[in-house]
Amino acid sequence: MDRRVYGIETEFGVTCAFTGDKRLSSDEVARYLFRKVVTWGRSSNVFLGNGARLYLDVGSHPEYATAECDSVDDLIAQEKAGELIVHDLALDAERRMANEGIEARVYVLKNNVDSRGNSYGSHENYLVRRAAPLSRITDSLIPFLITRQLLTGAGHLQVTGERATYQLSQRADHMWEGLSSSTTRSRPIINTRDEPHADAEQFRRLHVIVGDSTMSETTTRLRVLTTGLLLAAIEAGTPMGDLSIADPVRTIRAVSRDKTGTKPIKLASGRTMSPLEMQCAFLAKARAFAESSGLIEQETYSWALELWERGLRAVETEQWGLIDTEIEWAMKWRMMERYAAKFSLGMADPRMQQIDMAWHDIHPDRGLYNLLAKRGNASRIITDADAKKAMVTPPQTTRAKMRGEFIQAAHQYGRDYSVDWVHLKLNDVPATTVMCRDPLVPRDERVDRLLAGIRAGTPRQDSAAAL
Amino acid sequence: MSGQEQQRRNTPEPEEPTPPAPAQVASEAKKDAELDSFLDEIDGVLETNAQEFVHGFVQKGGQ
Repeated sequence: MDRRVYGIETEFGVTCAFTGDKRLSSDEVARYLFRKVVTWGRSSNVFLGNGARLYLDVGSHPEYATAECDSVDDLIAQEKAGELIVHDLALDAERRMANEGIEARVYVLKNNVDSRGNSYGSHENYLVRRAAPLSRITDSLIPFLITRQLLTGAGHLQVTGERATYQLSQRADHMWEGLSSSTTRSRPIINTRDEPHADAEQFRRLHVIVGDSTMSETTTRLRVLTTGLLLAAIEAGTPMGDLSIADPVRTIRAVSRDKTGTKPIKLASGRTMSPLEMQCAFLAKARAFAESSGLIEQETYSWALELWERGLRAVETEQWGLIDTEIEWAMKWRMMERYAAKFSLGMADPRMQQIDMAWHDIHPDRGLYNLLAKRGNASRIITDADAKKAMVTPPQTTRAKMRGEFIQAAHQYGRDYSVDWVHLKLNDVPATTVMCRDPLVPRDERVDRLLAGIRAGTPRQDSAAAL
Repeated sequence: MSGQEQQRRNTPEPEEPTPPAPAQVASEAKKDAELDSFLDEIDGVLETNAQEFVHGFVQKGGQ
């Protein structure tokens, strides 16, 4: 597939530090967070002017689903824009609470686990051609997804009583199946619920729910590009060899606990392989495919292959300095080790868990990842200006462009509308529903006419196009 | 999009347990010093009661 649609759905954790007498439940805090959304969009489940979807999910999590992107760097900008948008909601909630006599600091954490072990996700979506049988994709991809944590994990300090272990992944312990159509009851690595939000005869949406939310732009970029490159290889019919893992659920937990990548994994075939060996095998396949297909000529893929190789070398030689501005678990681990040494803290000390959580705080001037990035100690892919622009600008090369422009125009001209991933509709004009079935098409004459009709009206002064 | 920093190495280098070069030691020491100054800075942004902060962070399960 020449162009692929990517999207990431992020569930955020929310907590509050109350500094006055009044306290609120997490449901109440979530309602304050979404007041601004409800005022703007008359619902706590909205699509935004940048094409993304923002809503209050089961369990009072704010969830932000990026618009459809066909380039990974657009995806990173849209994803970071989501952090800024939700951060604005947190500031707005603090102001509203203060006006009502509730003194609190609202924390929004882009991580995947709370202090009691409840987990919430970072779901990656990859549009794939239906021609490739799903089982061929998932058989090859699951062993990759189980071992990619060596490079794509966000790191997690797991504390049980006096014992603390630093694991590669936040999500690994919360995966219960390889494949399933459920997302909450029996969390699978790949979710098979088949909602392509596109022409279902042509496309399916591969819904990968095993990933950690990553603050690091380079780690996110590597996560999406390596997975996308393997998908392309599989779609092209590249034989991937049988690396099926005997017990995926047990293995994903074991890999997460092995920073050295050396402990053997038992395959269904009876062979054993280390996580590092398995990743090296996938890297070799991906590199060969990138070379034969010419994808290696693209900067993104040559970048990904270089970091993939260097990352595996860093793990193998335990020279984590090779990746400590690019790979999130290594960046965070370095900070935590140094913090523990500096203040003579044991790893099970609450202060260690606190800095683990604070790493994922999306506040630009308080989150530890963000502060480290400001000092130039985290490699970046986009600029702050790119992220700000993406808050109000949809990706220009996918269907999201039409959705974003429609929503902005409808708000500016005070029109009553409905949208979802596929449909655009003016509620006050009968029979105006436009269906955009191809997510890769950014322009449609029917939408042009719809927009022209809206813009022929009178703009409303009091209506903001953006949230 | 702009501004990505990266180290490029086209060929993997052989893994040999060579002692680190003096320049590498110096750069590690510089990195440590930078990190220490960062860690001094972050104490100003963390909630003072770590235990309360950690235990207060409880979500209902999502997806």
